[in-house]
Amino acid sequence: MDLALLATQALSGLASASSLFVIASGLTIVFGVTRIVNFAHGSFYMLGAYLAVTIVPWLLEFERSPLLFFAGVLASALAVGLFGVVMEVLLLRRIYRVPELFQLLATFGVVLIVQDAVLHLWGPVDIPGPRAPGLRHAVEIFGQRFPAYELFLIAVGPCLLGLLWLLMHRTRFGILIRAATQDREMVGALGVNQAMLFTGTLFLGAFLAGLGGALQIPRLPANSHMDLTIISEAFVVTVIGGMGSVPGAFIAAVIIGLLQAFGILIFPKITLVLVFLLMAVVLVVKPWGLLGRPDPAAGRAVLPEGIIDLKRFGRREILVSAGFVLALLAVPVLGDSYKIKVGIEILVLALAAFSLNFLIGNGGLVSFGHAAYFGIGAYAAGLLVTGPLKLPMEAALVAAPVAAGLAAALFGYFIVRLSGIYLAMLTLAFAQITYAIFFQWVEVTGGDNGIVGVWPSRWAGAREVYFYVVAALAIPAILLLRHIYYAPFGAILRAARDSANRADAIGIDIRRHRWLAFIIAGAAAGLAGGLYAFSKGSIDPTMISIAMSVDFLVMVLLGGIQTVTGPLVGAAAFHSVKDFFMPLTDFWRFFLGLTIIGMVLVFPRGIVGTLEAWRSRRRTEGRP
Amino acid sequence: MTLLEVKGITKRFGGVLAADSVTFSLESGEMLAIIGPNGAGKSTTFNMVGGQLRPDSGQVLLGGEDIAGEPPRVIWRKGVGRTFQIAQTFMSMNVVENVQMALISLRGQTRSLFSRASALHRDEALALLDSVGMADLAGRPVSELAYGDVKRVELAIALASKPRLLLMDEPTAGMAPKERAALMQLTADVARREQIGVLFTEHDMDAVFAHANRILVLVRGRIIAAGTPEAVRANPDVKRVYLGESGVKAALAARRQKHEAGLA
Amino acid sequence: MSTGGSTHPAPILTVSGITARYGHAQVLFGVDLALAPGEVVALMGRNGAGKSTTFKTIMGLITASTGEIRFDGRDITRLSPFEIARGGLGYVPEERRIFTDLTVAENLEVGRRAAPAGRQAWTPERLFAIFPNLAEMRGRQASAMSGGEQQMLTIARTLMGNPRAVLLDEPSEGLAPVIVEEMAEAVLRMKDEGIAVLLSEQNLFFAGAVSDRAYVIEKGVIRYAGSMAALEADESVREAYLTV
Repeated sequence: MDLALLATQALSGLASASSLFVIASGLTIVFGVTRIVNFAHGSFYMLGAYLAVTIVPWLLEFERSPLLFFAGVLASALAVGLFGVVMEVLLLRRIYRVPELFQLLATFGVVLIVQDAVLHLWGPVDIPGPRAPGLRHAVEIFGQRFPAYELFLIAVGPCLLGLLWLLMHRTRFGILIRAATQDREMVGALGVNQAMLFTGTLFLGAFLAGLGGALQIPRLPANSHMDLTIISEAFVVTVIGGMGSVPGAFIAAVIIGLLQAFGILIFPKITLVLVFLLMAVVLVVKPWGLLGRPDPAAGRAVLPEGIIDLKRFGRREILVSAGFVLALLAVPVLGDSYKIKVGIEILVLALAAFSLNFLIGNGGLVSFGHAAYFGIGAYAAGLLVTGPLKLPMEAALVAAPVAAGLAAALFGYFIVRLSGIYLAMLTLAFAQITYAIFFQWVEVTGGDNGIVGVWPSRWAGAREVYFYVVAALAIPAILLLRHIYYAPFGAILRAARDSANRADAIGIDIRRHRWLAFIIAGAAAGLAGGLYAFSKGSIDPTMISIAMSVDFLVMVLLGGIQTVTGPLVGAAAFHSVKDFFMPLTDFWRFFLGLTIIGMVLVFPRGIVGTLEAWRSRRRTEGRP
Repeated sequence: MTLLEVKGITKRFGGVLAADSVTFSLESGEMLAIIGPNGAGKSTTFNMVGGQLRPDSGQVLLGGEDIAGEPPRVIWRKGVGRTFQIAQTFMSMNVVENVQMALISLRGQTRSLFSRASALHRDEALALLDSVGMADLAGRPVSELAYGDVKRVELAIALASKPRLLLMDEPTAGMAPKERAALMQLTADVARREQIGVLFTEHDMDAVFAHANRILVLVRGRIIAAGTPEAVRANPDVKRVYLGESGVKAALAARRQKHEAGLA
Repeated sequence: MSTGGSTHPAPILTVSGITARYGHAQVLFGVDLALAPGEVVALMGRNGAGKSTTFKTIMGLITASTGEIRFDGRDITRLSPFEIARGGLGYVPEERRIFTDLTVAENLEVGRRAAPAGRQAWTPERLFAIFPNLAEMRGRQASAMSGGEQQMLTIARTLMGNPRAVLLDEPSEGLAPVIVEEMAEAVLRMKDEGIAVLLSEQNLFFAGAVSDRAYVIEKGVIRYAGSMAALEADESVREAYLTV
C-alpha cells in the first residue's frame, strides 16, 4: 500500500464525511430543538437531489457558469426548506407530545408519500446530474488523479461548520435554537413563541438536507432509494456525535468517512460492520454519544404507552377466538390456492407482529428493526436448505429461530443499555447493518436477487399441507408468547416499563430481563421468517428492509399496541388490505403513508383498542 | 448491633460538596428524620444509603456490612425497602398485583415463564395490603387511586421484602393534609410493630415532630445539629438557618433605610 | 411611590382559588393572592409548601386545575407561557435554568423583547450597571459562573423582556450573605423602576428587607396575609409556618 493510495483514500473519505455532515447537521439541529427524530430528513435529501437535477440543467442552458450551477443548488435547497416548513405546520406541530413510536412512524409516513410522489413526478429511472462547471477536471495528488469536485466537497464540510457556528452564535435565531436545545420550556417562559422557532428550525434542517442532496448530483444520480440509504447513515452520525450536537455530528462524520475509506482497503466487505461496531462501542461507553447529553428525564408518574390492563379471556372471548382459529384452519378445505397463500402469510405475519408487540406493548421497548430477526430467520432457513449443507426443511425450521435468537442476543446486549429514542435508533441501525450484510454478501446470499428454490420437504410440498405446517408452528408459538404475558416474566417486563425506579428498588435486574425478552421476541420473529421463506420458495433482502420493519409496526399500531390480541387482528387486516389494494394502485406507498399519519393523528388505539374502549364505555353506561 | 451506621460519607458534584463527611446511626424500630433547606444534601445522603449514588468516600454499614456503592437491587436484597418522593408504582397494574411483583422478585421467580403471575403469593400480598389499610381496594387499578392511597400501596410494596430498614424520601409530599398524618401514623405503627428502622426526609414539620425519634439537620452538606425533636427545636443554629442569617438582616435593614431616604 | 397602606391601585396580578397538581400529586389547594403595580410582595413558606408550584402555575408552566389568574386585566389562566411572558410578566425560576451552553450576553439575548411604548427598554449596558459582575463576564460561558452570578444573570435575563411584574422564586436561596445583600439591592432597584415583584422566600430577614406585604403558604394553602412588618412582629405565625 503506497502513500499515494492512502492519501487519495483519505481524501475521498473526507469528501464523504463532508457530504454526510451536511445532512446530519440538519437532522441533529431539528432533533435538538423539537426532540423528534425525523425520518423524512432522508426524503428532504432526495428531494434536494431531484430538484437539483431538474433546475440546474435548466439554468445551465442559459450559460454554463459555476455561478448558475450553485444558484440552482441553493434554489433546490431553499425549495426543500419550504417543504420542511409545510411538514412542520401540517404534521409535526400535532405530534410534539405523542410517544416516540408514533412520531417515528408519522415521519416515516411522510417518507412513503414522498417516495411515491417522486416516482410519479420523475419516474423510476435514475437521473444523472450535470457536472459542476469549473470543477469538472481532476487534480493530480501524489501522482493520482483526484476529481476537483470531491476536493470542493471536502471544503464544504468545514465551511458549513463555520457558517453554522456563525448562525448559532451571531444571530438571534441561532442563539434561540441553542437555548431551546437545552431548555425549551424556559425559552417559552421568556416569551419566545415556540411554534415560530420550531418552524424556523425545520426550515433550516430541511434546507441543509436539501443542500446535501443537491450537492451530490455531480457524483450520484438522483434515484428513489437515496432517502433510506442516507437516513440510516445520518442516524448513525447523529447518534455517535450526540443527538442535538452540531460539532458532534461533524466529528462523527469525519470518523465514519475515514473509517469507511480505510476500512474498504482492509476489510472490503464489512465496512458497514466497522461502522456498526464503532456505534455500539460509543453508545456503551457514552450512551448519549460523543458530545451529547442526557435528556432531562421527567420523573413524573404517568400511565405508560402500551398494554395497561391485561384482561383474561372470558368465555365469550375464548369462543370467538376459537371460532376464528377454526375458520382459519378450514381455509385449505374450503378455499382456493390463492386464499391458502394469503392464509399462510397472515399466520406468519401475525406471529411476527405479535412478537414485536411483546417488546413494544409489553416491554416498552420500541424496536424499529424487527425485520432483522424475521429476515435472519428466513435467510438461515433458506441458506441451510439451498446451501452446501442441503438440510431438510425440518432442520431449517429449527435453525431459523435459533439463528434469529442468537442475533437478538448479540444486538440486544447493546440495545438494552439504552432507552427511549436512542434505543429505537439502535434497533434500526442494527437492522440496517443486517440488511447491508445480506445485500452485499452476494456470493452467499445472492445479493439483491436473493436465493430461489427454498421449498418445503416433499411431504409438505402441497400448499394445503404446508398451510397446516405453518398453523401447527405459528399458532402454538403465539399461544406460548401470549402465555408469557401472563407469567411472572411478562409481568416483570411491564413493571420495569411502568417504573424503572420501583423495579430496581424491588431487586429486579432490568437489563437482564429486557435482554431475555429481546431473545424471545427475536426467536419468535425468526421462526416466522423461516416459515415465510418456505411459503415464498425464495428469500431476498426486502424481508430485512426498513419497509418490512415498518409493515410490522403498522400491523401492531393498526391492531392496537395497548392490547395483547391487537397485533393479530392488525396483521390480518393489514395484509388483507395490502394484498387486495396493492395490485390495484400505483400509489400503494402514498396511501400507506397517509394511513399511518391518519392513524397516529386520529386513531392511535388501533382496531382492538378502539373496540375495547367502546365496550368498556358501554359497560359503564349500562350500569345504573 | 446498630442497624445502620453511616460513617463519613462524602459526595462531590463538580465543585459542589453535596455531602461532607456525613455520619449518623439508626437503631431498629427508630424513626430518624433528615431535614434542612433545599440543596442541603438530604437527597444526596439518602441516595447514597439507598444505592442510587455511590459515595466518594465513607462507609454505609447495614448490620455491620458495608453496602456503600452497591446497586439498589443488591441493597434491597440485604433488607432495605424504599419509597420515593413521587410515588413509584406499577401504574398499569392493580393494587394487589403491585405488591405481588415485589413478592415474585423476593422469591426469585421473575424469570418464570409458566406460572400465572396474578395467582402467585396473592394471599400474602393481600395481608400486606391489609396492614396498610388497602385490602378493600386490592382490585382497583393504581392509576385510579387517590394519591394518598398510591403512597400506601408503595409502602406495602416496600414492606413486602420484610425489610430491616425503610428509606422514605419525602413520604408526605404531594398529599392532602389529612392523608399526611394518617400515612405517617401508619408508618410509625408498622415500624414499631415490626422493629423496622425508618430513615426519612421530610418538609412537613408536623410530620417530623410528631413521629421522628431523632432529627438530623443538614445544611450545605454538613450536619449542623442532631438530636431529639425538643433539642433540635431549641437549637439556635437551626432557627437561624431556617429564618436566614440575622447578620444579614441588620445590613439589609440599614440599606433599606438608606434607599428610602435616597428616594425621598 | 406607595408602599403598603390603603391607597393601593387595582392589582396587576390576581390569583383566585387556584388548585394544581403534578400528575397524581395535588400541590395547591386553593391559593389566593394579589400584587399591585410597583409593589414587592413576599410569598413565605418552608420548602415543599407550594411556593414554586404557585409561580409555575401563574406562569402557565403547570395548568391550574381550578381557579383563575388575571394579569393586567386579562385572564391568563389558560394561556401558554410565552403569551404570558409577552403580556409583561417575567419569571425567574428557582433552579435558575440558565442556558449554560450560552454566554452571558447570549443568555440576555434570549430574554430580549421590545419595551412597551413610552418606557425605557432594558439593555445589557443598563443591566451591567446594576450587576457589575456580569459586565466582566459577558463573553464567558454561563456554566463557568458561580451560583450567585448565575442568580444575577437569571434576573437580568428576565428584565431584558421589559416585564411590568416579575415572579422571583427563592432569590436568596443558597447564596453567600454578601450576595444576598446585592440581591436585595437588585429587588429594590426593580421596585424603583416601577416593576412589581412577587418573590418567594424562606429567609424572613431578606423578605423583610425588601417587601411591602407578605403571604405565608403552608401545604398548598395561604395561611397568612398582611404587611411585612406585621409578619415580622408575629411570633406565632413564624413559629407555626416558617421555622422548625
